[in-house]
Amino acid sequence: MWTKEMTLMMWEGTLDTLFMTLLSTFFGYLLGLPMGIALAVTDRDGIRPNAVVYKILDIIANIVRSIPFLILLILIMPFTKLIVGRSYGTAATVVPLTVAAAPFIGRMIESSLKEVDHGVIEAAQSMGAGTMTIIVRVLLVEARTSILVGVTIALGTILGYSAMAGIVGGGGLGDIAMRYGYYRYESDIMLAAVVLLVILVQIFQTLGMRMSVKLDRRKR
Amino acid sequence: MAGIIEVHNLSKTFVTKDADVEALQDISLSIQAGDIYGIIGMSGAGKSTLVRCLNFLERPTSGTVEIEGRDLSALSEKELRAQRAEIAMIFQHFNLLMQKNVTDNICFPLLYGGVGKKDGGKRGTISKKDARKRAAELLEIVGMSEKAKAYPSQLSGGQKQRVAIARALAANPKILLCDEATSALDPQTTQSILQLLKQINRDYGITIVIITHEMSVVREICSHVAIIGGGRLVEQGRVADIFEHPKTQEAKELIVKGKGEERRTLEDRQKDLMKGKCCIRIVFSVNSSFEPVIANMVLRFGQPINILRADTKNVEGIARGEMILSLPDDAQIQQEMKDYLIERGLAVEEVDGYVD
Repeated sequence: MWTKEMTLMMWEGTLDTLFMTLLSTFFGYLLGLPMGIALAVTDRDGIRPNAVVYKILDIIANIVRSIPFLILLILIMPFTKLIVGRSYGTAATVVPLTVAAAPFIGRMIESSLKEVDHGVIEAAQSMGAGTMTIIVRVLLVEARTSILVGVTIALGTILGYSAMAGIVGGGGLGDIAMRYGYYRYESDIMLAAVVLLVILVQIFQTLGMRMSVKLDRRKR
Repeated sequence: MAGIIEVHNLSKTFVTKDADVEALQDISLSIQAGDIYGIIGMSGAGKSTLVRCLNFLERPTSGTVEIEGRDLSALSEKELRAQRAEIAMIFQHFNLLMQKNVTDNICFPLLYGGVGKKDGGKRGTISKKDARKRAAELLEIVGMSEKAKAYPSQLSGGQKQRVAIARALAANPKILLCDEATSALDPQTTQSILQLLKQINRDYGITIVIITHEMSVVREICSHVAIIGGGRLVEQGRVADIFEHPKTQEAKELIVKGKGEERRTLEDRQKDLMKGKCCIRIVFSVNSSFEPVIANMVLRFGQPINILRADTKNVEGIARGEMILSLPDDAQIQQEMKDYLIERGLAVEEVDGYVD
């Protein structure tokens, strides 16, 4: 039977999921944004080519991205414990989520920045703008729309990952779906959790796309 | 006299996986302050690489570039950026920030360019407010004041180039490099942009270097020209001299190509003259080539006619093709002439102000 406690649990699960997703996305960008910028800038046709730096970042991104999230989650548990103090629960899940998201976000930033018209970069160089100025005032500005689309994708992906963390007691809606649906065969609760996850993704997607379109100045 | 831009024995080689490409070989140029200097060549001749060597967007493989006596290769990265603030550049595809409006685009070199960095100065020597004021002045100069708040995607090609010119002038440069600046524009817009460049050269004494593949652009505004072919400087000198006595094959080819453009403008003028004149199109089909129809008509009526276009061929003793004639103003004679032509078996049709 559906009880008041269950509604409360769902509500808390939703908040936990939101907390994990948003915090991990934030930390993910904190690491991934500089990484993506460095990848775009140091690539062979970037504004400051540097084969060594590029190769190192490239390999790091590839390694982390090739480890399945569930394995990564377990693999870095000692590291998680070191930072959060324990290896299960909502706060602990943020650590592996961030580690998994950062290189993924870095790659998206890299590809967004590489879409910027080379002519505009050249124009800025011809005015005497330096590397940092070009990154902040040209690359990030011109790639704004594409970066926002990336944030939308990242939120959806990280939300999915956070649900996966439910398998090892990660907290949030995924955790609820695992515990009730899988271990106790209470499929109505699992279904409710899944519906809530779908709604969250829909909201992120709609808001993100709306914002990116609204901030794009290329249309009349 | 040493010029504002001195290029000595400049070569540029691009190293690629397959082979080394020699884009420029042993180029020496001297451009005097206040000149409008054209650099012309077919596409792939290396002229775009050459102009990028003038502000070191491309570093030459060998040779030197001196701007006002300063050897660019001797400058540090920081000094070079300050130097670039004095060498503005406009491009074929305008290269404006698409996410910023016109005013912010023009403010860019003032706020974030190399300006003010010279002599160890810091950026931010100009406030945002002053930069906006300067942008408004510049928009006035290029005639775009009412578009101050517009975004580049809302502007036409010519308008974008005007904004790009305003941006280029923002930091008070001494030199303006134009890389195929009119190549993406229609002939009329090209004219107006060239007039604007001429005005800027005259009013502010800015030395202008124009890269183009169109001879008409060089003839329109340049005082001197260098012809680049296959990465080499093939000819250089005053525009008038090169036009009158082209020495090399490349120069001749470019001038002949340019003549075609000139002929077209002549036809435009003719079109204007012809407005209101009675023009007819006649089509030959059955007439013998041996009967000089037009000549006979002129002799018979004793009135001159103007052949605007003729395309006839002798096919097995019969003239085939068409002509467009402008008839005398007298309506009576016009009618008689038409009748005369119809009698001779020609199809006659009136055309309204001949258009090619």
